[in-house]
Amino acid sequence: MYAQMVKSEASNDDPHLLAAFQARIDAGEKIEPKEWMPEGYRKTLIRQIGQHAHSEIVGQLPEGNWITRAPTLERKAILLAKVQDEAGHGLYLYCAAETLGISRDEMTEALLSGKMKYSSIFNYPTLTWADMGAVGWLVDGAAIMNQVPLQRTSFGPYARAMVRICKEESFHQRQGYDIMMKMAQGTPAQKAMAQDALNRFWYPSLMMFGPSDKDSVHSAQSMAWKIKMNTNDELRQKFVDQTVPQAEYLGLTIPDPAVKWNEEKGGYDFSEPDWAEFFEVIKGNGPCNAERIEARQKAWDDGAWFRDGLMAHAAKQRAAKVAAE
Amino acid sequence: MSVALDLDLALFEGLCRLGDSTLVLGHRVSEWCGHAPVLEEDIALANVALDLIGQTQMWLGLAGEAEGKGRDADALAFRRDVWDFRNLLLVERPNGDFGQTLMRQFLFDAWHQPMLKALEASSDPRIAAIAAKAGREVAYHLERSADLVIRLGDGTAESHARMQSALDRLWPYTGEMMMSDDTDRALAEAGIMPAPDSIRPQWDALVAEVLSEATLKAPDQRFMHKGGKQGTHSEHLGHMLATMQWLQRAYPDATW
Repeated sequence: MYAQMVKSEASNDDPHLLAAFQARIDAGEKIEPKEWMPEGYRKTLIRQIGQHAHSEIVGQLPEGNWITRAPTLERKAILLAKVQDEAGHGLYLYCAAETLGISRDEMTEALLSGKMKYSSIFNYPTLTWADMGAVGWLVDGAAIMNQVPLQRTSFGPYARAMVRICKEESFHQRQGYDIMMKMAQGTPAQKAMAQDALNRFWYPSLMMFGPSDKDSVHSAQSMAWKIKMNTNDELRQKFVDQTVPQAEYLGLTIPDPAVKWNEEKGGYDFSEPDWAEFFEVIKGNGPCNAERIEARQKAWDDGAWFRDGLMAHAAKQRAAKVAAE
Repeated sequence: MSVALDLDLALFEGLCRLGDSTLVLGHRVSEWCGHAPVLEEDIALANVALDLIGQTQMWLGLAGEAEGKGRDADALAFRRDVWDFRNLLLVERPNGDFGQTLMRQFLFDAWHQPMLKALEASSDPRIAAIAAKAGREVAYHLERSADLVIRLGDGTAESHARMQSALDRLWPYTGEMMMSDDTDRALAEAGIMPAPDSIRPQWDALVAEVLSEATLKAPDQRFMHKGGKQGTHSEHLGHMLATMQWLQRAYPDATW
């Protein structure tokens, strides 16, 4: 889940229009960019899609960290293709957000200034090659939990972007699990690396769904608008239920002694992550927050001459064309 | 040593020259992933790097076969030391700013494309097949790098200055692509690979045309560095290999 704690905006629109809009959503219609929508819907979506896009872009960094150290040519190619897909997802999502009346540059500046957020998970470091497995398996796995239902979200461009993204994400998760399998069945050192990666990424992955929101007003509004499809707790439970048997299959141990099948609820019991840590990470105090934003800032600043150069050339071409006419 | 054995060795060397150049350049380009000036460039660079890695798998895979000692492409890429690498010096130049990366790509693509075209006529059908596949990819690399060199050369004063400076820095590394040694001559005589100097007219013409449109000026300097193809590299390559080969070296018993 790449959009965490997205605060929904109140709308001060005409109650009749609001009611008609809600009726369209309830009937399962898709809302398209040029159609009327409440200001709150628009703003909430910009925040949510923007956060999702930023997460894809910042999310390139922890995996990009291992492209130059991938252990075989094939692993290098797969990892590079995966990180490239993330850039592509960022692109579709920025385009979807742009249909709501904000530019990609404005969103980038909001990311760099800290006004807009990205998922907390990308502030954790990738320390060993097994982390490439854990990120694919757990982080992409958690993202899919949220994104599959979002294919049915009410805003057309977002729903369509999600359809494409979900196809690629499931490939990402499989490649992550494949790395984990190779590591878990490898030498003792590889197996230890795999366990260590699971230990470090387990709770941060659970945090990806955000704190419990079952009583949240914002969440209720977003759910009514169908831009949030499930509660955070529902998705977290689903994720744990899917992941525990996968860990067992790998012969790895979930780093939570409380994980236990609960027949009555038909799911696993598990411990809550440390929410104090989560809020620190969101505030900017995670292990890699500073590096992540520095890397994005550097790419933006160092690329200014490049972007300006292309714009200037395009302007010269236009002028030459006009002069020739 | 018989003539046949010499040719086998030359074939291995020639294939390593191709595969090591695509390996090293693919690695350099992949270093940009997540850090490019715009998202579209990030995606395009990853495409180029992916193509080059794929070509490496084919060239080094064939090199391993030609050598006949049981080494596959990964063994060649990850378990040789710097003096065994046969890549061109140009491709191991560090990325520098985005202008240097693009200029390096263009100067290489302008050689790579006609080189692959000529390799399609190789007397070795395996080489001809790889060249045909790679050639389709590289035609796109060249189109893109030439286009960007033109746009940035003829962009702002700053983009022009950066592209000119990149050209000045990289120019002395271009000559090696067209220089022949005994290995090249043996391969050319057998019709396996073209003589490197046969690529010169096409490279000169293409580079002159693009630089002119880009309002950039090729340096007058005649001096050219050489040695990469014979295994004498710059200091930069060792650092790249230290990064690239680290896991394979640190865990030699592991499979990945």
